[in-house]
Amino acid sequence: MEKRIAAPEILAEAPAAASASGWRWVGIVAIIVIAAALPFALSKYHVFELTMVMIYAIAVLGLNILTGYNGQISLGHGGFFAVGAYTAAILMHRYGVPYWATLPPAALIGFALGVLFGLPALRFEGPYLALVTLAMALATPQLLKYFDTWTGGQQGINLVKPMPPAGLGIDRDRWLYFVALVVLLLAIRIAANILHGRTGRAFVAIRDHPIAAAAMGIDTAKYKTLAFGTSTLFTAVAGALAAIVIGYVSPEGYSLFLSISFLVGSAVGGIATIGGAIVGGFFIQFVPNLANDISDAAPWAIYGLAMLFFMYTMPRGVVGTLGPWLMRFFATRKTAAPFAARRSEGA
Amino acid sequence: MHQFLQQIFSGLAAGSIYASLALALVMIYRATDLVNFAQGEMAMFSTYIAWTLVNAGLPFWLAFLITLAASFVGGMIIERVVIRPVENAPVLAAVVVTIGLLLIFNSVAGWIYSYTVQDFPSPFPDRPVFGALMTTRDLGVIGVTLLMLVLLFAFFRYTPIGLAMRAAAQNPASARLCGIRVGRMLAIGWGLAAMIGATAGVMVAPVLFLDPNMMGGVLIYAFAGALLGGITSPIGAVVGGLIVGVTENLVGTYLIASQLKLTVAFALIILVLVFRPNGLFGTAIVRRV
Amino acid sequence: MPKRLMVVLVFAGIFATAGGGVCRSGEYSAGASDSEIKIGNTMPYSGPASGYSAIGKSLSAYFAMINDQGGINGRKINFISRDDGYSPPKTVEAVRKLVEEDQVLMVFQSLGTPPNLAIRGYLNDNKVPQLFVGSGADQWNDPKRYPWTMGWQPSYGTEARIFARYVLDNLPDAKIAALYQNDDFGKDYVNGMRAGLGDKAGKMIVATQSYETTDPTVDSQVSALQASGADVLLTAAIPKFTTLAIRKVYDLGWRPTQFVNSVSTSVGSVMKPAGVEKSAGVMSATYTKDPSDPRWHDTPEYQDWLAWMKKYNSSVNVADALAVYGYATAQTLVAVLKASGDNLTRDHVMEVAASLHDLRLPMLLPGITISTGADDYAPIKQMQLQKFDGNSWKVFGDVIKGSGR
Repeated sequence: MEKRIAAPEILAEAPAAASASGWRWVGIVAIIVIAAALPFALSKYHVFELTMVMIYAIAVLGLNILTGYNGQISLGHGGFFAVGAYTAAILMHRYGVPYWATLPPAALIGFALGVLFGLPALRFEGPYLALVTLAMALATPQLLKYFDTWTGGQQGINLVKPMPPAGLGIDRDRWLYFVALVVLLLAIRIAANILHGRTGRAFVAIRDHPIAAAAMGIDTAKYKTLAFGTSTLFTAVAGALAAIVIGYVSPEGYSLFLSISFLVGSAVGGIATIGGAIVGGFFIQFVPNLANDISDAAPWAIYGLAMLFFMYTMPRGVVGTLGPWLMRFFATRKTAAPFAARRSEGA
Repeated sequence: MHQFLQQIFSGLAAGSIYASLALALVMIYRATDLVNFAQGEMAMFSTYIAWTLVNAGLPFWLAFLITLAASFVGGMIIERVVIRPVENAPVLAAVVVTIGLLLIFNSVAGWIYSYTVQDFPSPFPDRPVFGALMTTRDLGVIGVTLLMLVLLFAFFRYTPIGLAMRAAAQNPASARLCGIRVGRMLAIGWGLAAMIGATAGVMVAPVLFLDPNMMGGVLIYAFAGALLGGITSPIGAVVGGLIVGVTENLVGTYLIASQLKLTVAFALIILVLVFRPNGLFGTAIVRRV
Repeated sequence: MPKRLMVVLVFAGIFATAGGGVCRSGEYSAGASDSEIKIGNTMPYSGPASGYSAIGKSLSAYFAMINDQGGINGRKINFISRDDGYSPPKTVEAVRKLVEEDQVLMVFQSLGTPPNLAIRGYLNDNKVPQLFVGSGADQWNDPKRYPWTMGWQPSYGTEARIFARYVLDNLPDAKIAALYQNDDFGKDYVNGMRAGLGDKAGKMIVATQSYETTDPTVDSQVSALQASGADVLLTAAIPKFTTLAIRKVYDLGWRPTQFVNSVSTSVGSVMKPAGVEKSAGVMSATYTKDPSDPRWHDTPEYQDWLAWMKKYNSSVNVADALAVYGYATAQTLVAVLKASGDNLTRDHVMEVAASLHDLRLPMLLPGITISTGADDYAPIKQMQLQKFDGNSWKVFGDVIKGSGR
């Protein structure tokens, strides 16, 4: 299928220099301040919920990098999430590694696995790529169950939830919230750096015009693999955090449904955005619960209807649709707005 | 040797189940350039309609025909009402919509019919053939699948509507200029796919037993089979489905770690795709600058 | 000073009387009060395990009946059941909500082994009863380490050991094949079988094949098991796959001695769909009455159950054994709560649960009762072997006390 590119959109993809409008910074700082203050105003349970939102946001951010910015669909990110979770769990349980020290290994292993996956994935596009990544989602629970001396098999691994540093005067839930918040902010910062820089432009070029990109001298294979690795790095770190916060890992928790949830969260938030990942995190965490409250007998039907609703009203996702609209008020022309997620070839 | 043959034949029987659903997937892909993840659940729902009719006392074939008609209409309505709004949206939005449909159908079926596993009558008798390597019922499934394949192939190749549908899918703008009602083609495409799915479901329910989660696993294998064969090729769908069935069986039998059957089977499929990235019978996507 | 003291004392007196209860004096933990008892539960209402939601519906229905009859010692049961989709992270979240937001007295009959393993630590740390766990794993009978967690049903391992003993006693030269679901449920059976056979296990178990719940059929696995030359087959599968297996075994012309696990013995949902001539001779062990088995249909206990089904639980199929399971577990809880009287603290409820003596329930097999103790957190330890004769199950032998952990 042919794609039509309008001239203004090309200009809009022009590089974002570090400067954004002053309003944007005020907004960002305000959000961070609110996020830091929230745990003290909410009950432990709500703090726990918000921690999970942030964790899912990090995972969805990974998926956004791959599918949104680089156009490679993945139905397998639940598997990479599990890899990160089990890395953390095994290190903590078997080797007594402190929880915060499990994040870098999870990131590294996630990256390595993503690159390994990305290499054969170079051959595939559209639904074929979907199948390859689907295989990852399906194989992961099987492999986890099989290597049970390491993974605890069906029984899973119980983890002791980390204690906050003494003297801070806050409880576990709030401490973990801040840990997750810091990791999320770091993730957003790193993602923004990558995506608004040369690498990000290469990603987007490959997504939209692979032949032109290659003709311009962009090493398509290298960047596509890099996109994969970066994406799975984020998701694996999210998985590690989830294991620490929940305190238990087992193969049942990383089913195909999780991979699909990430994809849906990504689409609802805005596939080629960074802020959309946070919206996606909220969607994944809260909408199934709301669906359950609304209907006891058919909760999934409500969840499905919610998906339809979001896709009809905001087909580019919440941030993808509202973002450009808001940007007109707050942004200068220099701000990068790869919000315009176009229909990528194939899938 | 006997065991080997046994597994091949079981694999063909299972594979024909995957192939029948894969045909529906290919149909929708050719008509609308979209993978319909809700295909399995739609087929399951059609089967429940048939089951309700049979339980109400209707003879099997009459119930089947009514189900086919209802599925055709249902498929068209879904295309018009549910898919139409996201037709011009990014592909991912359409994918999410089909996922939403999957959840809705599954949940509603569970709500209306409960999750108890039900018996479903088969039009084919259940007698062993080839010395217990297969039953007549398995042969029936293979036969109907092949029949659907032939009909589908002939439809796309030799009928005006089939040609119009292919045109509408490949190049909607030009097709419109030729006077083809693209919207109508899309709707018909979905209707036909729903009919194929209903046939698959009705054939398969006696073998798998009817419950809302009947098609969940089948969809995954059907998807793999359709892609292995080439997502644009009906022949590929059937061949792919059969290969997936046989591979899965052989791997399960001869692999030491049979708990990794699914993993290894998929790994093999992907290996084949690495050498033929568009599937065995698929057409390569040609990129123009 | 004295005046202020007087004021304080007066206020203290008022609060003491007011706090002491209006109608009756009771001791309560969170979730219990003069008027209601809040019971928390998690169930897979969505996802591939949603077939088990029939249990959740049955529990709700039973408590609705109890409430209509006046409640427990005048208090209504407020049953809060949340969906976890059989995903342990979701279970953790749902249970935290139940305990911290809904303030339930206990978590009752949560379904599944991984979900319950995920919440066990949390509930024990917070001293909330994890009562009558909905899983047949061996781990729920560990009062020393997890004093707040108690199972209910005889474990899968116990059942498998009963089969093993039968084989050792009656078929000492048997070659055993096993078809099992590739998760904790299936593996517990195989491991229990091995444990029950002792040092003969290596020689007697000649083949095992697993399946995933996403597998459409088990034809391949059954064929492979036949090729091993086994003459005893253990099928540790959920109902649908048991039906498929029984049918395939017969169609292949293979006639081993078959054992199916107690979860999959329903005449209406398993044996008849498989084909009565194909399932005749199959053996199993059980502890509840199968509602689709005609031999119970004239008994008053069954009639009561059926009346309850029709009035309160009509969305569940009358042939569904899960409805009996839900009925029986709910009755156990009601018995515990009744016996707790007005002392509805978590400690006391747990104590009462751990001191049941020969409690009889109408839908348990005759001869099987519920007993617990301070170091015995396995309420049901007995099962009975039975054989399917094409029409219904016939028990044989004595009620066997399984040696679980």
